Amino acid sequence: MFALVDCNNFYVSCERVFNPGLEGKPVVVLSNNDGCIISRSEEAKKLGLQMAEPAFNKIKFLNDNGVQIFSSNYTLYGDMSARVTETLSQFISEIEIYSIDEAFLNLTGFTGDLEKLCNEITSTVKRNTGIPISIGIGPTKTLAKIANKAAKQSGGIFIIRNNRQTDALIRNTPIEKVWGIGRQYAKLLVQYNVKTAYDFTLLDDGLLRTKMKVIGLRIKRELLGESCIQLELIIPPKKAIATTRAFGKKTSELKYIEEAVSTYVVRCAEKLRKQNSVANLLTVFIHTDPFNPNEPQFNKSKTITLPVATNDSIELVKYSLVCLKEIFSQGFRYKKAGVIVDGLQDESHIQQNIFDKTNRKKQRELFKSIDNLNREFGRDKVKLAVQGDGKKWKLRQEKLSKRYTTNWSEIIIVKA
Amino acid sequence: MKTLEKNIKLNILKPSFTSNIELPLVEATISAGFPSPADDYSETRLDLNKELITNASATFYARVRGDSMTMAGISNGDLLIIDKSKTPVNGSVVVCLIDGEFTVKRLQKKANQFYLMPENEHYQPIKIKPENDVTIWGVVTYTIKKHI
Repeated sequence: MFALVDCNNFYVSCERVFNPGLEGKPVVVLSNNDGCIISRSEEAKKLGLQMAEPAFNKIKFLNDNGVQIFSSNYTLYGDMSARVTETLSQFISEIEIYSIDEAFLNLTGFTGDLEKLCNEITSTVKRNTGIPISIGIGPTKTLAKIANKAAKQSGGIFIIRNNRQTDALIRNTPIEKVWGIGRQYAKLLVQYNVKTAYDFTLLDDGLLRTKMKVIGLRIKRELLGESCIQLELIIPPKKAIATTRAFGKKTSELKYIEEAVSTYVVRCAEKLRKQNSVANLLTVFIHTDPFNPNEPQFNKSKTITLPVATNDSIELVKYSLVCLKEIFSQGFRYKKAGVIVDGLQDESHIQQNIFDKTNRKKQRELFKSIDNLNREFGRDKVKLAVQGDGKKWKLRQEKLSKRYTTNWSEIIIVKA
Repeated sequence: MKTLEKNIKLNILKPSFTSNIELPLVEATISAGFPSPADDYSETRLDLNKELITNASATFYARVRGDSMTMAGISNGDLLIIDKSKTPVNGSVVVCLIDGEFTVKRLQKKANQFYLMPENEHYQPIKIKPENDVTIWGVVTYTIKKHI
């Protein structure tokens, strides 16, 4: 058996732990740059607010209804997520952290009372961290996910105990809600009259194999209760890393876009070094605001192959600025820029280039020191001059809560 | 680019259960000469995290503002270690929420009635009544004072 543990309205719940006055009030958390709603309290859902809804054209509605608005505080959410996982690992040793607010538990071998275990996990996580969770249990990961949706509607715990329950659940699950079925497949499946997860299980194996390859077959078996997807206990190193963000304010000046792009590159390089990877490919892109059709639109990207695979910030920034100069065009108001490093490989297997004059060992030492300093004293304490101060393009995070658990100067204040 | 952005997943690494305080590595690596006689007796250096924290995932820190608890040894500016997982008992120093604000007081039960007791004669005890909104957020396990 597998369990899927999902933190309820996770980002909102994190805000509520440290700001309990928010209990019972409608609360939303906005995405980076305060663009869209990405987490809603139950009260906010009742007001009809939708997931991914842009907040800027709803400001009046939000204010009129007393909705409390927060910018996303990923530093806080990341730490709270780790606390939830730590607590879960006190109960079950095989855990797959699936996302910031979801984890799969492998319950194989557990012979006790599942209901009791779930109650104990739920109350311990709540007591330790203040975060409410829901648990869905099923014979496969795919069914555990579906059970979790059911848990949300039935008091926080749902356990699939027999085939009859599975059958009832999958008849009520729209096919697009099934784990692994993307929007593309859902569209394709409509042609075969597949509306629910149950309809999907009636499809012929041969048809599934031709239309959806092995994935389709695997999903079908999982829905029928045969486990085909195991827990991923080791996080594989990422194959590509991207940093893309919208600017706080639109800008047409190359200088500010250069600052932003350099900062995004530095972020990517840090992540490369953290997983001991080097990149072979570098992509830079910029675009204007697609939501404003009255403005002239422009978007362009440029990808280059690096002469030697690297994770050196200075080198990557140098090449990214060459790319940027090539794609930048005067006279547009840019809204977003991004950097992608791709073709990653292990640092220890760098293909040497005979024309390479860089002392790579020395550079590696340098960035190790810089990474250590920045870890200790805060992000970007040591940075490249070209990154600038970010005042013109940095994210708008106007309603950012404090980093209560990771920064001494921002811890909880208690009145005595 | 749209699809690429959607594929970016937050990568939460497994939490580390080890403390951040670096441990001394007592291992003499002298190729010539005598090995250190201390090698066989090395122990890890004392770690305050291990002494003061029993449940790391439930431990939070807070700074004190105000003087209502001075007689309990809790003064303005002190650092509190709070364990959210501990069950408060009669006499526990607790961080509670009164009307949406964090407050530290001592929990006391007198004649079947709970009170939040200040420890400074200039402040009044707070009677916990069903109608006022009081929640106990965590139990204070240690107070850290700065003496320099």
